[in-house]
Amino acid sequence: MMKSFDRTEVTLLLCIPVLIGLGFILPQWIVNYIQVSLGTGLVAISVMTQMRSGLVSFGQGLFFCIGGYTAGMAGKFLGISDLFLLLFLGALAGLAISFLLGFLLRRYREIFYAMLTLAVSMILFGLLSSTEELGSTDGFNLASPTYLGWSPEGEMARYALYIATCIPALLCALLLHRYLRSPMGFVGEAIRENELRVEYLGTSAHKSVHITYVLAATVSAIGGVLWALALGHVDPEMTNWTTSGQFVFISILSGTGNIISPLFGTFILEIIRVYAVEISPNTWQLMIGSIMLLTIIFLPKGLWSLIQPSSSVVRTTLKKSTKDSKETSS
Amino acid sequence: MLTAVAISLDGLGFAAWLFLASVGLTLIYGVMRILNIAHGGFYALGAYSAAWAIGLYTQTGQTIALTYLIIPMAALIVGVVAGLTIERGVMRHMYGRDEVLMVLVTYAIFLILEDVTKLIWGTDSYIAYQPAYWLGTIEIFGIPYTVYKFLTIGIALATGFILWWGLTRTRTGKLLLVVINDREISSALGINVTLFFTATFVIGATLGALGGALTAPEISVVPGIGAEIIVMAFAVIVIGGMGSIGGAMIGALIVGFARALSVHLYPPAELFSIYIVMALVLAIKPYGLFALSEGRKI
Repeated sequence: MMKSFDRTEVTLLLCIPVLIGLGFILPQWIVNYIQVSLGTGLVAISVMTQMRSGLVSFGQGLFFCIGGYTAGMAGKFLGISDLFLLLFLGALAGLAISFLLGFLLRRYREIFYAMLTLAVSMILFGLLSSTEELGSTDGFNLASPTYLGWSPEGEMARYALYIATCIPALLCALLLHRYLRSPMGFVGEAIRENELRVEYLGTSAHKSVHITYVLAATVSAIGGVLWALALGHVDPEMTNWTTSGQFVFISILSGTGNIISPLFGTFILEIIRVYAVEISPNTWQLMIGSIMLLTIIFLPKGLWSLIQPSSSVVRTTLKKSTKDSKETSS
Repeated sequence: MLTAVAISLDGLGFAAWLFLASVGLTLIYGVMRILNIAHGGFYALGAYSAAWAIGLYTQTGQTIALTYLIIPMAALIVGVVAGLTIERGVMRHMYGRDEVLMVLVTYAIFLILEDVTKLIWGTDSYIAYQPAYWLGTIEIFGIPYTVYKFLTIGIALATGFILWWGLTRTRTGKLLLVVINDREISSALGINVTLFFTATFVIGATLGALGGALTAPEISVVPGIGAEIIVMAFAVIVIGGMGSIGGAMIGALIVGFARALSVHLYPPAELFSIYIVMALVLAIKPYGLFALSEGRKI
């Protein structure tokens, strides 16, 4: 394990007090958006984590939804309102289901991975949409959480939930960042480049994909719990493929360069959406689609590559230049 | 007995609809290796344009019979205009790129098409029941069925036959099979691969639009039908094996009957029965029931 913190990790850790502080200064509506986008941001970074291995999940909404519904059902049927317990249950549900599904999904790559993740998430969508006990397509509401027996009210409840969202969200981001920098995380990048070679070198690509899948799912489920609590509502749209598509969009736009960029991207997008939907409700998807197309064509490594010409960008340019020189020499 | 008849007729009806909606998708994948999410957009555009045109036409009070011409015309116009624009404007710059990247590109186009549809036709629903109503109904074992449904089944069969015949019995079709087999060699042999790609994309888009246009009289055309159909079409072509037209037919039958079964026996399962079937088939035969095994080229 790495002992020291790198720049990203320091930034993430510093973000915790900064965000909490901002919670008291900024106007309420911005704070709300930060809180909501931290929830969805966790799903976006888990999509990004899978993208590092070259896997595009068009069904990450599945675990987002599992997290949200687990928290909701725990409150509705078991009367559990403790935030820590809800987070734990949500994460556990995501972990257990993804562990089982992982045995199936780890055999797939590329478009088959995309389509199978989509199919599985749509199964849940169909299931929830027709379950009347859970409110069918309308979903149901969640009660506000308590904290180890402490149940704050009014303003205090809002701040408590905000703080309780910031800390786990950023810690999850830190965890995923650590994972991506660990040997196992680098195996993921190797799988994207050349899976056959990974196998020849004696590492199991299946195992690596499985671990990545489970980790991403657990983090998404936590995101789902936080999001559901922030909004106080869950519905089956959480696992519709169009929702999952938005997470893919964020990952494409912000690039796979750094874990912070999807988090930040989610927030910016959330803010833009508010205005875009107000000014011109029927062109929001048109904008998203065009931006995505332009990003893919002109900025294949996402917006992050503009901010920081990271080592991976340098590596590819190096690779290109050596290739060029080879071609000229031959 | 009655239920069995109802299930088989409904199953056939669903299957015909699904086949028409997904055959263009499998064709484009088979030839170009592009999993075209924008196909849902073509479907929606086809449905809207047909419903809108039928609405305009019936207001004039002329005979309904001509609406059966409007449907294919609408599909053709949408397919050629949207297909050509997208293929020439975007797709051709992306050929040879990663398959996953192409999925994302078509997803972006899908999002754009969704809003283009809304910008042209607004968010209201369109209802163009006249063509389906005009043909009347027939009773089979006491259950009334619209003749239009049988017309759809006929068109689905005809479309499948024409595609099969075109691919295996004509010179152009055989050349296309060569292109599918090896893009590089066929272009070295002097086949205009680019032209084949453009033509395939336009045909695929037209078929998608036709699927939408033919369905328009039976449903109320609302925003979001494209997003709905594309996942079902995925299920269909994945079950049959992507790129195989016969596979799409079998896939459509399986999904159609799965849906008809759940509609009649256990309605709440209607939506997820389709994906359950898809996931099961994928779990057992990952690359679909009829996918050809592909040899490694290197």
